[in-house]
Amino acid sequence: MKTALYAGAALAVVTVALGATAAQAQTRQTIQIAGSSTVLPFASIVAEEFGAAFPEFNIPVVGSGGSSGGLRQFCEGVGDNTIDIANASRKIRTAEVEACAAAGVTDIREVVIGYDGIVFAVNADKGDFALEPVHVYKALAAQVPVDGEMVDNPYTSWADIDSSLPDQPIALAIPAGNHGTREVFEERVVVPGCEEAGVDDADACITFRQDVVVEIAGDYTETLSRLQSNTDTIGVFGLSFYEQNTDTLKVATVSGVEPSMETILAGDYPVSRPLQFYVKGAHIDAVPGIAEYVEFFLSDVMAGAGGRLEEAGLIPLEADTRAQIVADFNEGVQAAAE
Amino acid sequence: MSDMSQSAALDRRERVRNGLSRRHRGEAIFRGIGIAAIAIALALVGTLFWQVLSKGLPAFTQATLHLDVTFDEDVITAGPAPLRSDYASAAQYEAAFLDWRRALAGINWAALIEQAVRAEMPELDAEASDIRRLVDNNAGLTLRQMYQDDPALLNQTLNVALLGSADTDNWLKGTIDRSLPDARQQLSAVTRAIADRFAADGVISMDFAWHIFTNTDSRTAPASAGLAGAFVGSLYMMLVVVVLAVPIGVASAIYLEEFAPKNRFTDLIEVNINNLAAVPSIVFGLLGAAVFINYFRLPISAPIVGGLVLTLMTLPTIIIATRSSLRQVSPSLRQAALGLGASRTQMVFHHVLPLTLPGILTATIIGVAQALGETAPLLLIGMNAFVANIPGTPLDQSSALPVQIYLWQGNENRNFFEARTSAAILVLLGLMITLNAIAIFLRTRLERNK
Repeated sequence: MKTALYAGAALAVVTVALGATAAQAQTRQTIQIAGSSTVLPFASIVAEEFGAAFPEFNIPVVGSGGSSGGLRQFCEGVGDNTIDIANASRKIRTAEVEACAAAGVTDIREVVIGYDGIVFAVNADKGDFALEPVHVYKALAAQVPVDGEMVDNPYTSWADIDSSLPDQPIALAIPAGNHGTREVFEERVVVPGCEEAGVDDADACITFRQDVVVEIAGDYTETLSRLQSNTDTIGVFGLSFYEQNTDTLKVATVSGVEPSMETILAGDYPVSRPLQFYVKGAHIDAVPGIAEYVEFFLSDVMAGAGGRLEEAGLIPLEADTRAQIVADFNEGVQAAAE
Repeated sequence: MSDMSQSAALDRRERVRNGLSRRHRGEAIFRGIGIAAIAIALALVGTLFWQVLSKGLPAFTQATLHLDVTFDEDVITAGPAPLRSDYASAAQYEAAFLDWRRALAGINWAALIEQAVRAEMPELDAEASDIRRLVDNNAGLTLRQMYQDDPALLNQTLNVALLGSADTDNWLKGTIDRSLPDARQQLSAVTRAIADRFAADGVISMDFAWHIFTNTDSRTAPASAGLAGAFVGSLYMMLVVVVLAVPIGVASAIYLEEFAPKNRFTDLIEVNINNLAAVPSIVFGLLGAAVFINYFRLPISAPIVGGLVLTLMTLPTIIIATRSSLRQVSPSLRQAALGLGASRTQMVFHHVLPLTLPGILTATIIGVAQALGETAPLLLIGMNAFVANIPGTPLDQSSALPVQIYLWQGNENRNFFEARTSAAILVLLGLMITLNAIAIFLRTRLERNK
């Protein structure tokens, strides 16, 4: 018993020591990615196919955490215990570039992979919605103009806002601030709607009422379960998620355009945004396969028209654009913050 | 006088009778509440199990196509595998072999499957894309692996079992409403017709889904997603927990109980250990991220960090349980040992500790089972990542079983992954029940031997 215990204790010490030294000595062989849950499915598919096409490299590891979470991890510094690539469904912010620089991350390269649409969807058995940005604004703003004066939002039903909409209680499930989707949602829907309503106070535009608006910090499946528990809810989803769940969801038109790959590609559907990832330049030579991963991501078989990612719901870029992005990446063109 | 005492006695008897019936009533009510509590608990557990089982069990069988696939040389254009004898150095051969493998990866394996499907249904009028949606993306990889392992298969025809796609599986199992119009279905009408026809002919059968246990997670081929990577990751973490938490926990319990002087300081330690046991697990996750990853620079998403974090969480459980079983050892045993001239160390290790073994073992297994199911701290150290490798060492990136459940629960292919999530829960529950059964078995055995 005594010896067993001593042996156990010795083993423990050895393991910790080994673990610590191995971690010091080891240079990571696997690309580490984190960030946007919208980009995650695409990045995961590319990671797996990359592992199949380049057997000499490990399959990259793709984490989630939202665009902001990913960029925060990205800006923690340079080294093995920080991620190499941050997926984002919005552009990097100036504050984030500064945080990165403060931690020694100075070489940040942006790689745009394609487009994604943001759709409004309701349960399939609900009425048809033909939304305008101003409807959405009036439904969720804390204060709205009525007869030229800002008053607490009086609307309870969509029909109150516009008689063309179904008489359905207002309830919205929107992405929380950790999602890049939120920023695009505010920028492309709420703010234009706000301007249309004649409000010129940017803060008032994006101050939402708390009684009918639910902010979802998790994945789209969480939004979906919110729609199932309160069947009157309108949810904000990515187009690719909606397309995988057409059996339970019905999509709303925005400004009269139905979201689809075609309408987004043609630029008709107003609520679309580019998806991208940010690569830490300092890691390109340290972790094997990063340059190959970027090139493979934007190759015809992946991000091209008819490629694997289009099947999964990504709206592809033109071949020239992709070639230009790869060239910029290889030349080390720096990401411009917005 | 006697009248008075008689009436007093009557009075007392009356009071006793009244009191008795009240007490009986009280007891009946208490028993009723107890039974109701147990019934509610059982009903809840029953509902949980019924929910998980009814959803999860179907996921253990999966639509599998049995097709006669010809390894057509017109499609497989990669040429013969390089031979070791043709190359001067091992490095050159290695490079040539990699090139060959890359060439294999570029081959359109789906074309072979398309040919096989068309051969099975000669009257079929379908686009290539309709056929491609029928099978999982993994099918191409399966064929490639077969060919890579045995290039002699060129131009041979083999009956191969290939996984149907997640959408095919949904359609055949009815997890997607079959009465929905075309626009709301995932598969085209043609694909659905092929699936139905194949299911009727026996070309598609519902086979046991072994790959749940042998494959890693997959996004590009969702039907082939499995738990192997998460399982190995969890295994490594538990290894770290057992190797670290048991010796440290038992040693501190013995010291505190048998050697340490009883004073303010040890009281403080005791209070803090009890407090530590009540700390929410997510706090340990934050600590792990700050200390192990940022300060000690251990890798992210690695089971070693997960194991260290879970060790911190399990330590108090083991210390408290070991101390309480040490306390149960009769003091006369200690006095007898000391009286016969044993040193305190001898007394503890020769006489007290063997008696507490069943207790320590139970504590360990319960602690490990608790750590096995812990998710929250792992999310903070980056273990909620998509990992398609089976980790080779505890330093490699990996997922863990409970995190895999969380990841699958959030998968956009909901109809398919709802069942898969429940299947993963079943595997985790099975593992927990096994661990607890081992704990009970060992305890009864050790106690009988005592």
